[in-house]
Amino acid sequence: MGTAFWCIVEDDRKGQPKKVMAEVLTEAGRLSGGQAEAVWLTDKAAPDGLERLAEWGASKIWLLESPALAPYRGEAWVPVAAALVSARAPKAILGPVTSRQREFLARLAARLGVGFAADTVGLELDGDTLVATRPVYAGKLLSKVTWAKTPWVASLRPNVFKAGDPQPGRAPVVERPSFTVPDATLTLVERREEVSTGLPELTEADLVVSGGRGLKGPENFVILESLASVVGAAVGASRAAVDAGWRPHRFQIGQTGRTISPKLYLGFGISGAIQHLAGMRTSKVIVAVNKDPEAPIFKIADYGIVGDLFEVVPALTEEFKKLLGK
Amino acid sequence: MKILVPIKQVPDTATQVKVGGDQRAIETAGITWIISPYDEFAVEEALRIKEKRGQGEVVTVSLGPDRVKEALRSSLAMGADRAIHVNDPAFAEADTLLTARALAAVFTQEAPQLAIFGRQAIDDDMGAVPAQVAELLGWPSLYWIMEEAIDAGGKTIRAGRQVEGGLEVFEAPLPCVLAAQKGLNEPRYPTLKGIMGARKKEIKDLKAGDLGLAPAPPQLSVVRLEALPPRSPGRIIGGEVKDAARELVRALREEAKAI
Amino acid sequence: MRVELTEEQEMVRAMAREFADKDVRPIAAEIDRDARFPRETVRRMGGLGLLAMTIPPAYGGSGTDTVSYAVAMEEMARACASHAVIMSVNNSLYCEPVHQWGSEEQKQRFLVPFVGGQKIGCFALTEPQAGSDATNQHTLAVRDGDHYAVNGRKIFVTNGRESAAALVFVQTDHEAGHRGITALVVEKGTPGFLVPRVEEKLGLRASDTAEFVFEDCRVPVANRLGEEGMGFKIAMSSLDSGRIGIAAQAVGIAAGACELALGYARERKSFGVPIGQHQMVQWMLADMATAIDAARLLTLRAAALKDAKKPFGAAAAMAKLFASETAMKATTDAIQVHGGYGFIKEYRVERYFRDAKITQIYEGTSQVQKLVIARSVLGGA
Repeated sequence: MGTAFWCIVEDDRKGQPKKVMAEVLTEAGRLSGGQAEAVWLTDKAAPDGLERLAEWGASKIWLLESPALAPYRGEAWVPVAAALVSARAPKAILGPVTSRQREFLARLAARLGVGFAADTVGLELDGDTLVATRPVYAGKLLSKVTWAKTPWVASLRPNVFKAGDPQPGRAPVVERPSFTVPDATLTLVERREEVSTGLPELTEADLVVSGGRGLKGPENFVILESLASVVGAAVGASRAAVDAGWRPHRFQIGQTGRTISPKLYLGFGISGAIQHLAGMRTSKVIVAVNKDPEAPIFKIADYGIVGDLFEVVPALTEEFKKLLGK
Repeated sequence: MKILVPIKQVPDTATQVKVGGDQRAIETAGITWIISPYDEFAVEEALRIKEKRGQGEVVTVSLGPDRVKEALRSSLAMGADRAIHVNDPAFAEADTLLTARALAAVFTQEAPQLAIFGRQAIDDDMGAVPAQVAELLGWPSLYWIMEEAIDAGGKTIRAGRQVEGGLEVFEAPLPCVLAAQKGLNEPRYPTLKGIMGARKKEIKDLKAGDLGLAPAPPQLSVVRLEALPPRSPGRIIGGEVKDAARELVRALREEAKAI
Repeated sequence: MRVELTEEQEMVRAMAREFADKDVRPIAAEIDRDARFPRETVRRMGGLGLLAMTIPPAYGGSGTDTVSYAVAMEEMARACASHAVIMSVNNSLYCEPVHQWGSEEQKQRFLVPFVGGQKIGCFALTEPQAGSDATNQHTLAVRDGDHYAVNGRKIFVTNGRESAAALVFVQTDHEAGHRGITALVVEKGTPGFLVPRVEEKLGLRASDTAEFVFEDCRVPVANRLGEEGMGFKIAMSSLDSGRIGIAAQAVGIAAGACELALGYARERKSFGVPIGQHQMVQWMLADMATAIDAARLLTLRAAALKDAKKPFGAAAAMAKLFASETAMKATTDAIQVHGGYGFIKEYRVERYFRDAKITQIYEGTSQVQKLVIARSVLGGA
């Protein structure tokens, strides 16, 4: 059995790894004593993308480059990755929670006949085993799980694990093993891009501004968007606002929507139903603005203002502008 | 077209969950059980496919103890034609892989053209079983489906999966595994006629042995279940709106270092 | 003795609760404020089978039992008492009598379209001078060939404006007193059938309560339910089973208010602790919970007796009396628990209080229920 911790690279589909890989590589390096290795399945890796992985802590990069690997299809990726696992026997295989890795890692674990822990928020070695911490039951409880054998396969919730300082100038060590991609039966027919809001993607954003029923109507999200554009935040919504048809479902934060862990979450006119808290309670700093002092969200908020959001949001926007010199 | 819909019975989201005596599972006394909401989208979509094609069979499957019959009965009340209950203590501590093996064995017996899962069960939130069943069977899988359309001949499916920044529409040959995302449809309520008719529909009981499965230990097991550590109490910032806003921004910068 | 619901009854409860919570509760305050009849949700209730629960499948119903009906009524009233009364009238006071007393041809015309929500029906018995004393009917129907010519007034008709047909009680033989009362199904649009006004009400504001006027309204003899003179029996037996529905509605109103009070008692703090920690509040909540449970058990017992085809009139009267008194007391106390906020519309509990009052009045006042109960316990004395 090897000792390396593999990190499956999530990229922007244009040859650059996503910054969440810094978190995964840092965590893998911490647990393996510096043996964090990146495994990159892609049609095209940019050279500076390889450098970036090295700077973020990849001691080695397994580059599996082939046009047949894009777009992502589990049927194509899993056999390729599994063959490399058999040859190299990593101790662990980690990846960030993303739309493709949540499927890929589960399939890979099934192919390898090993355990898989999804959406972990903590990883610790206990003797010669790994123990992962995962929120369960809408985040009301934490479950500690462990594996019967290696490789330990787990996905890591973005924005939870700390990314270390990059090591500029560190040269990438790239291995290009030979491999064959089996034919996939899935074919991509079309990709529909969402209309870009110019704001960050909800699950990747460091800052999230979110609105609920207190917004009173879809037209009022404009005030949240202007606050968001000042601070560079993504805009989310509660289930109440989504169910009322004010925002599309992809903006919903909560148990039946997206799970986020930004550095700063600002909730406006959101009462804080359990189902919403499930999607944002691992945020580092939580700010709540609600006119009802009894709103449950105040119980988990670090800072709260009891007041009318239609007065508070513009005032906050002004203060942030001053702070950020905009 | 035969469509299999695996469903999981989970505690109602509004239910208080507490850690049980063994510190590894929840206390089940007093819990209200429901079909996991994403699985309801799956049942609904299967029923719509059957209705649209004017023929077919929708079969729901669930693993779990006796109480799981209620969830299966609810799916029959919604309109599923029959149900399969894999009820064996051998699966009491099943991880996603053991569950997937059991379901894959059911799939092999039933030979459906399509399987629709919910994207994840809202108890352990793993979201791994659909992909793992597909892998074990060598089927394609498509996660977080927002739309689907099957060709008239029933040979291929087009399904749109939600990804970062958009929707990717794939075409797949059948059989195939789909995992339903919220937004795919609005699940129906069971009608009273459906509820009264559910009793007459079949729920087949299966044991591990019926599926040709030998007892196996889980690959992932729960060491301990813990209550969430309490968050330290927050601070309500009072005063005039302008002053409160200024103080909040100051605190976020200087105390919390969040911006 | 078993006091558990069957698996099917539990499924009915779960469905009714989910529908009530997701589709009815969100509009309850608005339709109350605007006194707006909720046509869309009522139509959907029909699609689910909630408007004619006990009608057999042969006529488009689901043939559920009375216990399921009571359970569904409670769930509906917990979210919105207006929806519950609309449901109760179509179920107990229109579809059931038409099913029980109608000919096959009448069932096809006057029952089948009223089962699935395409049309709703109503029950017109009360007159300006005939409330509790229902024997004193003044609406006259005079036979003229194959028609009756109907003249008179009916008031307080729930679903009156929205309904497509009314079960109307008329006097066909004035000399015979209540033995001269006859039941006619009168369709809307029949010349001489007028709906001059809809009442403004304290509660149940989203249900419509209309006045009917009949001016030489010619109703075919073919629309007569049962024989001439059977009307009083039809009315009284309908009201007996209607009382089970109203008892369940009262239980739902009380339970809905109690939930709000419990939520408030857990959240609201005074003297440094949630007010639920104060004994005076606990006392009110404990009384409320006990009375609601008792009312529910009485109601389900009456429903179970009806399902077992045993006499249930007195049991239904006890259930209706106790449940409606409980609804009034529980909603009053629920406001008290809320303090000043309870008096404010935004806190929703005041609607339950306003809706509770009518349950002590309609389908037999509390005083009439006592009369029925007293006669029953005294026997022939």
